[in-house]
Amino acid sequence: MICADTGLLLHAWLDDELDVAQSAAMADHLQGCAACAARAREHERLRRALALAQLDLYRRAPAALHERWTPRHDDAAPPAALRPRRTSTVWAAAAGFAAALLLATPLFYTVQQRRGAGAALVDDAVSSHLRALQPQHLMDVASTNQHTVKPWFDGKLDFSPRVVDLAGAGFPLAGGRLDALNGRSVAALVYRRQLHLISVYQWPAATPDASAALRESRQQGYTVLRWIEDGMHYVVVSDVDPATLRQFAQELRQRTNGSDAPGTP
Amino acid sequence: MPNEAPAASPPPQPAIGARFEAVVLPWLDAAWNLARWLARDDADAQDVVQEAMLRALRYFDSFRGGDARVWLLAIVRNTYFTMRTRTPPGHLLEPLDEDVHVLSDEQASPEALTLLAVDVGLLRQALERLPPPWREAIVLRELEECSYKEIAAITGQRIGTVMSRLARARVRLKLELTHCVGEASHHDLR
Repeated sequence: MICADTGLLLHAWLDDELDVAQSAAMADHLQGCAACAARAREHERLRRALALAQLDLYRRAPAALHERWTPRHDDAAPPAALRPRRTSTVWAAAAGFAAALLLATPLFYTVQQRRGAGAALVDDAVSSHLRALQPQHLMDVASTNQHTVKPWFDGKLDFSPRVVDLAGAGFPLAGGRLDALNGRSVAALVYRRQLHLISVYQWPAATPDASAALRESRQQGYTVLRWIEDGMHYVVVSDVDPATLRQFAQELRQRTNGSDAPGTP
Repeated sequence: MPNEAPAASPPPQPAIGARFEAVVLPWLDAAWNLARWLARDDADAQDVVQEAMLRALRYFDSFRGGDARVWLLAIVRNTYFTMRTRTPPGHLLEPLDEDVHVLSDEQASPEALTLLAVDVGLLRQALERLPPPWREAIVLRELEECSYKEIAAITGQRIGTVMSRLARARVRLKLELTHCVGEASHHDLR
């Protein structure tokens, strides 16, 4: 391989898109050629900088656009054909407001009250997750370390949330924050899955009985899973595909049942 | 920068089937990301994504499985380029003659590289300055994390073309960054 070839192939090599033979030839050449090796290092740095900035550079669709394209699923479903149009009218009226303002409008609460408590909770959780996606709102404590995140909640809540490390399962912890759902303070943990964020809300259940049943709903393109376990409510919200979120919930339940859960035998 | 939705009421939405919702809608953010980076403007991106989603809905019957993200991004891209030729703003019609843009990969100053590693604003600026085909290549590869094969499918190019576009795009991006950093250090270096 000569230096002229590396101009193109270097990038395919960095992207791991070369076959084994070409890869080996490239590695060979880089070992012997200081100029090409320096160039490779520069581009590697550029790629790393882009990877670090990926979350900031990635543009997410505005909430209003998600709204417009997501049919609403109520618990008691009215005739399906009418609904997308009606939803879009409601949201078109609200489109000029910023997302946070939107959540505070009376319109929103009127819509909410017509439905069951479960649906209200799902609404609340999705809103909170959306609000958290606004810049600067995501995390009160940003850390990938469960032993940093868990103590942070001390004295801020009347319970101690369970914080587990799921990095091994492909869901690294990103941080935590205080939030409110259904009018009470809850712990919100944020996990990542590639570019997607997953919010996990926790608070003590009024009745300690565990309901293992996982309830799933979809709203505005977000999947919401909720269950009660060991006297704690769990609500998980994300825009990852539902199968991945179910896998996340399963990992979370397994780990929570392990070392960290108080009161389990 | 707040995403301002256009004040005019959007056109009525056609009914969305459950399969479309499950297969295509999860990629709405991906569609927006590509459209927004191509258009560099919220209002234009809104038009492109809205039109692309309508097309996707219309042609959904012809979607024969496979990667819905690639399928949707190809539609977004085509929509952007057809809408662009309908109303061609001058600045978007930068010629891209690959032979003119020879691949001369000069070494960047160490100072420039140190700075770019920490400054997202500079990266964003430099990326926005790239001509569209190169910007697209970087966005699909580095932000959307597509493989060369996926990029080839989205852009309708051969893999070899994807490879050379990406190589040139990165060289140019490095150059833009060196410029940006040069300007930034002239004005203020916090």
